[in-house]
Amino acid sequence: MTVLTVPMAETGTAGITRRTRVLRRLRRNPLAVVSFVVLALAAVVALLSPWLAPYSVDQTDFARTLAPPGSAGHLLGTDDLGRDVLSRIMLGARASLQVGLLAVATSLVIGVPLGLAAGYFRAWDAVISRFTDLLLAFPFLIMAVGLAAIRGASLGNAAVAIGIAQIPGVIRVVRSDTLRLKSLDFVAAAVVDGASDLWVLARHILPNATSVILVQATVAIPAAILGEAVLSFLGLGIQPPAPSLGTMLATAQQFAARAPWAAVLPGVVIMGLALAFNVFGDALRDALDPKGDRR
Amino acid sequence: MARYLLTRAWQSALTLLLSTIVVFVGVRALPGDPALALAGEDRSPEALDAIRRHYGLDQPLPVQFAQYVERVAQGDFGVSIRTGTPVSSMLTTALPVTVELSVLAIVIASVLGIGAGVLAAVRRGRPAEWFANALALIGLSVPHFWLGLLAILYLSVATGLFPASGFVPLLEDPVDNLHHIVLPAVILGTGLAAIIMRQTRSAMLDSLSSDYVRTAKAKGLRPRAVVTRHALRNSLIVVVTVVGLQLGGLISGAVVTEQIFGLPGFGKMTIDAVFQRDYPVIQAVVLLTAAAYIVINFFVDLLYSVIDPRIRVTGDPA
Amino acid sequence: MTTAAASTAAIVLEMRDLSVSFPTETGTVSAVDGVSLDLAAGEIVGMVGESGCGKSVTGMSIAGLLPGSARVSGSVRLNGTELVGARESALRRVRGREIAYIFQEPMTSLNPVLTVGRQIGEVLQIHERMSRRAARVRAIDLLTLVGIPSAAHRVDAYPHQLSGGMRQRVMIAMAVACGPKVLVADEPTTALDVTVQAGILQVLRDLRDRLGTSILIITHDLGVIADIADRVVVMYAGRVVERAPITDLFAHPYHRYTAGLLSASPKPGRHASTTRLAEIPGLVPVLSTQPDACTFADRCPAADARCRDSAPPLEVARGGPDHLAACWHPCATQTQEANR
Repeated sequence: MTVLTVPMAETGTAGITRRTRVLRRLRRNPLAVVSFVVLALAAVVALLSPWLAPYSVDQTDFARTLAPPGSAGHLLGTDDLGRDVLSRIMLGARASLQVGLLAVATSLVIGVPLGLAAGYFRAWDAVISRFTDLLLAFPFLIMAVGLAAIRGASLGNAAVAIGIAQIPGVIRVVRSDTLRLKSLDFVAAAVVDGASDLWVLARHILPNATSVILVQATVAIPAAILGEAVLSFLGLGIQPPAPSLGTMLATAQQFAARAPWAAVLPGVVIMGLALAFNVFGDALRDALDPKGDRR
Repeated sequence: MARYLLTRAWQSALTLLLSTIVVFVGVRALPGDPALALAGEDRSPEALDAIRRHYGLDQPLPVQFAQYVERVAQGDFGVSIRTGTPVSSMLTTALPVTVELSVLAIVIASVLGIGAGVLAAVRRGRPAEWFANALALIGLSVPHFWLGLLAILYLSVATGLFPASGFVPLLEDPVDNLHHIVLPAVILGTGLAAIIMRQTRSAMLDSLSSDYVRTAKAKGLRPRAVVTRHALRNSLIVVVTVVGLQLGGLISGAVVTEQIFGLPGFGKMTIDAVFQRDYPVIQAVVLLTAAAYIVINFFVDLLYSVIDPRIRVTGDPA
Repeated sequence: MTTAAASTAAIVLEMRDLSVSFPTETGTVSAVDGVSLDLAAGEIVGMVGESGCGKSVTGMSIAGLLPGSARVSGSVRLNGTELVGARESALRRVRGREIAYIFQEPMTSLNPVLTVGRQIGEVLQIHERMSRRAARVRAIDLLTLVGIPSAAHRVDAYPHQLSGGMRQRVMIAMAVACGPKVLVADEPTTALDVTVQAGILQVLRDLRDRLGTSILIITHDLGVIADIADRVVVMYAGRVVERAPITDLFAHPYHRYTAGLLSASPKPGRHASTTRLAEIPGLVPVLSTQPDACTFADRCPAADARCRDSAPPLEVARGGPDHLAACWHPCATQTQEANR
C-alpha cells in the first residue's frame, strides 16, 4: 500500500518553499514556458532593437514606397515614405513595451500604497474608495484626451493616462488582499507585540501581497500595450515620425487600397505581445493559487 | 434596501461633484488664457473682456465654479470654437449613435460571453472548454480597432457585405441602420465578451462546486435546471458587477470604433475636438462621460440588488 | 426491540460490497472498500468514523451523487432495483423522491438567491408535477411539519434571514417533501448548537415515526448516534470495522478502533477536568490501494504480524447475530464471554 497523505506536519510539502513550488508549477505548464520564451525574446529584441534593426527607422527611400513584404533588402516591405517596416516594427514593439512598463509602474507607485492604506486603516477606506470611484469615472481614453488637451500628445502622457486609469484595479486587489492578510494570526500577533502600523504594513503585509500585485501587473501590461496602440492610432500617443505599432496601423488605414498587407503585421505583433503577457499572467495566477487545480 | 440605495445615491452624487471639480480645474489648467481659447477668431481686447464677463472669468474661482455648475445643469456647455454651434446641440446628434452602438455591443458581448463562460464551466476539462478559453484569451489580447480595420478591409471592401463606413439614423431606416452598425458593434463587443466569458466561467466553476448545487442535484433536478436556476443565477451577481466595471473600457472602445467606421458619434466628435483644440467640446465630453459612468453604475447597483436578495431584503419577514 | 424490528421489517436499501475510488494527479485514491449495509423500513442506522474514513462518500454514492470521475463498483439496491450503474435519468427519478439528502452546512447547502418556499416547492414540481402555487401551499405544510413557526411567512424568506437551526429544518422539509423511503443525513447537526441539535434529531425521529422513512445518519459524533440510532456501523479507512445494535456497541465495543472512539468521547459521570479524554494516535491514512491487512494496524496497540498480513473479515468477531467486528484481536471478547 502507498500512503499518499499523512499527518500534516509530515506532508511532503515540508521543506519545499512556496517559491520553488510556484516555479515548478510554471515549468510544468507548457503554455507558461512558451509565453515566457516569447516574452524573453521580445525583451531582448526590444533592448537591442537599435542595433538589431537592419535600417535606421527614419531612413526614407522615396523610390521604393509601399513595397510589399519579401522585397529585396526589405524583408517586411516598406511604408509610405519608403522606410523599412521590419525596423519600424522592432522599434515600435520596443515603444509598446516601454509604455506598458511605464504605465504599470505609474499605477503601482500610486495604487499600492493607497490599496494598503484602504485595506489597513478603516478610516481611510471610505476616502480612498471615493477617489477610486472618481478615477473610474474617467475612462482611459477620456483621460488621455484630457491630458493631450492640457499637456499635448506624447508617449509619456499616453503612459501616464493609461497608468492613472489602471490605478483603481491596483487599489482593489491590494486592498482586498490587505484585508485578508490583516485578519491572519501572524499579523495580529505582530500588532499585539506592539509593532507600528508602518512596520506591519512593510514587513508583514506588503511582502505577502506581492503575488497578487505581480499577477495584477502581468495582466495590466498587455492592457497598457493595447491602450498605447489605440492612442497612437488616434494620434493621441506616440507622435510621428517616432515608430509605433499604432501609428503604423493608422498609416496602413490611409493606404489600405494600395497596400492592404500593411495593416496585418503591426496588429499581429501587438496581439502577440499582449497574448504572451495574458497567457503568462494566467499561468502565474494558477501557479500561485493554493488550491492549485484550476486551470 | 432603502438605506443601501440612499448610501449609493449619496456616494454617486459625491463622485459626480468631485468629477465636476476635476473637469473645472482641468479647464483652468489648459494652456493659455481661457478667454483666448473661447474667443475663436475675434481676439480684440473688447471681445475678450466681454467673454470674461459673460463666462464670469473675472470673478473669484468659487463663484466661477458655482456659475459653471449652474450653466452645466441647464445644459449649457458653451459654443464650439470651430463651428460656432452650441455644444449641447452637437451632443444631441452625436449621443444617440454612441448609445446605440454601446447598447448593441453590450448585448452581443453578454450573450457571447455568458454563453461561452457557462459552456466552458460545464464542459470542464473537455475540448469545448479549451476552445472557449483560447478564444477568450485571444479576445482579450487582440486590439479591436485592428480587428475593425481588418473587417473593413477584408469584409466590407472585399465582399461588400457590410458598408465600410457611414451611418443612417435608427428612426430613418431601421434596417439600413442595423446594417451599418452591426459590424462595429460586434467588433466593440469582442473585447468585452472575452472579459465577461472569463468572469462567468470562474463564477460558474465556483457555484457548480458549491453545496447548494449538490443539494439541487440531490433533489433530482435535470442538469439544465441545476445550471440555469441554481448555478447561473448566483454567478450573474458577479458578472453584473464586472459589466458595470467595464463600462469605462466600453466608452473608450466606442470612441475608437466610431473613428474607424466613420460613425458620426460622440467618439468622432471627441477626437476631432482634440485636434482642433475645441476646448468647450472636450470639456463637455469629459464631464458627460464621467456623469454617464456614475449614473449608469448607480443603476448597475440597483440591478445588483434585484438579483441578490441578501441586499434587496433586510430584516426578517416574520 | 429495535433490533428485532429491524430484522423482521422489509429491507429497503441493500448495499453489497460497495467500493469507490477516485483518480487524482498523484494516482488513484481508494475511498470506500467493500462496504455492505442493509437499511430496514423505519430504521435509523448511524454511520460513524473520523473525517476521511469514507462515510460521506458512501452516503453520496447511494443515489449516484459522486462526481463523474469516481469509480464505483458493487451493488446498491433500492427495493430490489439496482442503482449502481443505473442511467442518469433513472437516478434523477430516485433522487429527491425515494432517496433524499440532508447536508452538513444548512447555510451553504441552500441556494442564497431563492426563497425557501421555491426551493422546497421545486422538488414537488419536478417529482409530483405540482403547479408552482400548489407546491407553495404544500411547502407551508412541510415547514409546519418540521416545526417552523409562522410557516406561512417563512415560506417567502431567503436562507440568510433564518437561523442555522431553522435552515436545517428547511433542508429536512425539502428532503421529506416527496415522502422518501430513505433519508441520508450527512452530519446534519455538526454545524449547529447543542440545543438546536436536539431539536433537529427530534424532528428526524418524528419523521421516522410518522412517515416510516429509513434514515442513514452519518456523523463523527457518537453522542448523536447514541441519541437517535437503532444500529451503528463504524467505518475506518473505507471499510466497515464494526456493526452492532446501539446498546451492544456502547456496552461492548469489539474493534480496537471503536473502543478508541468511545474512550475519546466524554461520558456522563466522568468529570472532564479529572479525566483526560483518550486520543487515538495518528490520522486516518489515505490509501491508493486497499491492502490485505488491517488498515488500523499502524495505530492499534494490539497489532501484531497477523494484522499486517491479512485483512480481518467483518465476521471474525461475533457477539450475537447482529454484532460483527473486523478485528483479529477484539478487545471485549474475554469480558463478554465471562459475562455470559
